Amino acid sequence: MSALKIERGASSHSAYDLRDYHAAGEERHTLSVIVDNEAGVLARVIGLFSGRGYNIDSLTVAEVDHTGHTSRITVVTRGTPAVIEQIKAQLSRIIPVHEVHDLTVEGASVERELGLFKVVGSGEKRVEALRISDIFRANVVDSTLESFVFEITGAPEKLDAFADLMRPLGLAEVARTGVAALARGH
Amino acid sequence: MSRSMTGARMVVEALRDQGVDTVFGYPGGAVLPIYDEIFQQNDIKHILVRHEQGAVHMAEGYARSTGKPGVVLVTSGPGATNAVTGLTDALMDSIPLVVLTGQVPTFMIGTDGFQEADTVGITRPCTKHNWLVNDTDSLAETIHRAFHVATAGRPGPVLIDIPKDVQFATGTYLGPKQIAPSRYQPARKGDADAITRLVELIETAERPVFYTGGGVINSGPAASQLLTELVDATGFPVTSTLMGLGAYPASGKSWLGMLGMHGLYEANMAMHGCDLMINLGARFDDRITGRVADFSPGSIKAHVDIDPSSINKVIPVELPILGDVGHVLEDLLKIWKARGRKTSPALQQWWAQIEQWRARDCLAYKPSDKLIKPQHALERLEALTAGRDRYITTEVGQHQMWAAQFLHFEGPNRWMTSGGLGTMGYGLPASIGVQVAHPEALVINVAGDASWLMNMQEMGTAVQFRAPVKQFILNNERLGMVRQWQQLLHGERYSQSWSESLPDFVKLAEAFGCKGRQVHDPADLDDAIREMIDSDVPFILDVLVEKHENCFPMIPSGKPHNEMLLGDEIAADDIGSAIKSDGAVLV
Ligand SMILES: Cc1cc2nc3c(=O)[nH]c(=O)nc-3n(C[C@H](O)[C@H](O)[C@H](O)COP(=O)(O)OP(=O)(O)OC[C@H]3O[C@@H](n4cnc5c(N)ncnc54)[C@H](O)[C@@H]3O)c2cc1C
Ligand SMILES: Cc1ncc(C[n+]2csc(CCOP(=O)(O)OP(=O)(O)O)c2C)c(N)n1
Repeated sequence: MSALKIERGASSHSAYDLRDYHAAGEERHTLSVIVDNEAGVLARVIGLFSGRGYNIDSLTVAEVDHTGHTSRITVVTRGTPAVIEQIKAQLSRIIPVHEVHDLTVEGASVERELGLFKVVGSGEKRVEALRISDIFRANVVDSTLESFVFEITGAPEKLDAFADLMRPLGLAEVARTGVAALARGH
Repeated sequence: MSRSMTGARMVVEALRDQGVDTVFGYPGGAVLPIYDEIFQQNDIKHILVRHEQGAVHMAEGYARSTGKPGVVLVTSGPGATNAVTGLTDALMDSIPLVVLTGQVPTFMIGTDGFQEADTVGITRPCTKHNWLVNDTDSLAETIHRAFHVATAGRPGPVLIDIPKDVQFATGTYLGPKQIAPSRYQPARKGDADAITRLVELIETAERPVFYTGGGVINSGPAASQLLTELVDATGFPVTSTLMGLGAYPASGKSWLGMLGMHGLYEANMAMHGCDLMINLGARFDDRITGRVADFSPGSIKAHVDIDPSSINKVIPVELPILGDVGHVLEDLLKIWKARGRKTSPALQQWWAQIEQWRARDCLAYKPSDKLIKPQHALERLEALTAGRDRYITTEVGQHQMWAAQFLHFEGPNRWMTSGGLGTMGYGLPASIGVQVAHPEALVINVAGDASWLMNMQEMGTAVQFRAPVKQFILNNERLGMVRQWQQLLHGERYSQSWSESLPDFVKLAEAFGCKGRQVHDPADLDDAIREMIDSDVPFILDVLVEKHENCFPMIPSGKPHNEMLLGDEIAADDIGSAIKSDGAVLV
C-alpha cells in the first residue's frame, strides 16, 4: 500500500480544475469564446471540432468589438466532462483565441436564439397558427393570404416547442441563428 | 528604425534580425523575388534540397539539435504541399519551425491560378498557427510574430504564405523590437502551492518514478541539468520516452532506460508498480500507456506540462502543474532542499525490486557469428563511438527502436527521431540538418533500407554542401516493423512487406559522389564502422543483417505494462500466436 494519501481530483490549485473524469454520460455545455476577428479564425475553431471528433450543436459568430477587432463565438457542444475539459483546453491554445468561458459551469447565464418559421396554410389551421404565435409572443414579419413568417426569440427549447406546434399547422421552412449567450450579472 | 523596402527584402531582413543563419529551401516562380534577395547577401546560408519534404526534415534536425527554430523556404502549390508531411511531423513532435511559402499574387487568389493551392487551408491543422500576408506593411511584423509563436510555450511549426505581389511591393520594415508585444505569452512559472504539494509527495513516496519526455528537451539544456540534479539528489529511478532520451544521462545511476511499447522491462514494470509517477514534459502517448484502464493502477500521478491540453487528455492526474518544466524543476528543487531534502527509507526496497526486474535482461538476443544481428551492429556502433559528442538521427521502424534501446545518450539534443508521426524518410534529411548546424560533429543516421529510400534524393544535398553524414543502414530487405506485426498479428502472411529490387547502396553512394561499403560478415563489422566514422565525405554503410529478427521486448497494443512480450520467452514457432487478436484493431 502506498503511504501517499491524496484524493482523486483533489487539486484545487490548477486553473484546470479537475472534474470527475469517471462520471459517465454526456453533458451539454455552452462555450463563449472571444477571438481576434481575422481571416480563418472560424475555420480554426470548426476544424478543431471536426478534426478531433467533438460535437457542435450550434455555433454563432459575429464581431462584437469593432475597434478591438474581436468576435464572440458561442458554441454549444456536448461530451463527457473529460471531453468538455479537453475542448476548452484545445480552444484556448488556438493562437487568436483570447478567452474561453464555459457558461454552463461559470454561474448563471442567459441563452437566446432567434428563429424564423414559415407556416403555409389556410382556414382553421391558419387561425390556429396565429393564435399560438401570440402565446409565444412571436412577431409576424411577413404574411400573404396563404402564409406567415413568424419571428421568435428565446431559449432554444422555446423555439423547439414552437416548431413542434407549428408542424401540423403547415410549417414549411425554418431558419435559426443558433445560440447567443452571456453570463448574467457582472 | 523603420525603413522602406520590398517585401522580398523584408523577408531576408527579418530572418537576419531573428538570428537565422541557415534556410533550407527550394525555389519556384512564387518565391523568385525572395531568392533574388538571398542571392544578394551572405549572412544567411541557403541549403538547396532535392525535395521540399527533405527541407522540412532538415529544418527539424537543425532545430532539435540546436534548440533554435528551423527555417524553410518553398514555392507555392506543389512546393507547399510537399512540405505538409514535415509540418505534421514537427507538430506531433513539438519542433519549432518557421516555414515560408510563396503564393500566387493576391489578385489571383481563388482563381485556380498556376501553382495555386489553398496553403493556409491545407496547413491549418498541421501548423501551430499560420498566416496569409495580404500587404507588405504587415509582412515584417508577421514574420517576427511567427518566430515568437513557433518557440513560445509548446513549440511547433508555423507557416507564412506570402503572395508574389506582396514580395514585390514596397512597405515599411519594422524590427523585432518595434512591434507590440504579443498577446500570446504562455505561463512558464508553475503554481507554487502545487509544486509544494509535489515536494510533499516526493518526501513520502515509497515507489516513485520520474517519467520524462520531449518537453524536457523542448525546455532547453538547463532543464536537463536540473532534472539530472533532482534525480541524483533524490535517488529516484528515471525513465524516458523516445522523445526525451538524453535529458538524463544514460550512464547515470538512476537510469532505467526507455519505457513504452518497445521500452525496457524494468522501466515499464516500475511505471506499473510505482506509487508516485512524476511526469515531466511527456504526454501519455499510447505507445506508453498501453491499455489505459490498467495503466499504473496504484499510483498518484503528477504531470508537469506547458500545454493545458496535454493535461488530463489521456490519463487523469491528481496533480497537474502547468508551466515550463525547467522553471518548475528549479522551484521544486529549491523547495525540496529548503525542507530538508527528505525521501522515504523505503526507496531501498524499491530499488531492490527494480534490480530484480533489471536482472531479467530484457534486451538479450541470440548472438550469431555468421549473420550480423541488428542489435549487435548497434552495440558495436555504440562501443566505437562512445565518448564522442555524437548526434544520432533515425528513420522509422525496428532499427529506430533498437537504436533507442542500444545507443546511450549522455546529453540532450543529440537524438533526433520521428516519434509522434513516425515518418519514414525523416532520418536522412534530418541528419543533414544536424550536420549543417554542427559541421564538425559526428552525425549518424541509423536507417532501415525501406525508410532510407523514401528521401534518398537528399544524398545529393549532403554531397553538394559537404555534409559528411553517415548513413548506417540496417538492411534486412524487409519493411521490418510491418513484417514483425504481420508475424505477430496476421498469421505470418507477409503482405507487401518485402523490399524487392533494392538498389546496390555502394554503387548508389558512388553515383551520388560519396563513399559506400557493404558489410555482411560480423568479423568485418568493426572495421566497416570505423571506416564510416572516419570518412570525411558522406558515407553509406549497408549493413546486411538478420532478415527476420524481431524487436523485443514489446507490449502488444492494448495490453498493460506488466504483460510485456520478452524475446527469449517466445519460442520461434509460437510467435504467430503470442498476441491475442483483440489488440489487432489498434496500431
Ligand atoms: C515505431 C515507433 C515505435 C514507438 N515506440 C515507442 C516506445 O516504445 N516508447 C516511447 O516512449 N515512444 C515510442 N514511440 C514514440 C511515441 O509515438 C511518441 O512520439 C512519444 O512517446 C511521445 O513522447 P513524449 O511523451 O515525450 O511527448 P512529446 O511528443 O515529446 O511531447 C512533449 C510534451 O511535453 C510538453 N512540453 C513541451 N515543451 C515543454 C516545456 N518547456 N515544459 C513542459 N512541458 C513541455 C508538450 O506540451 C507535450 O505534452 C514510438 C514511435 C514509433 C514511430
Ligand atoms: C511514410 C510512412 N509510410 C509507412 C509507414 C509504416 N511503417 C512503419 S515501419 C515500416 C517499415 C520500415 O522498414 P525499414 O525502414 O526497412 O525499417 P525496419 O523496420 O526494417 O528496421 C513501415 C512501412 C511509416 N511509418 N511511414
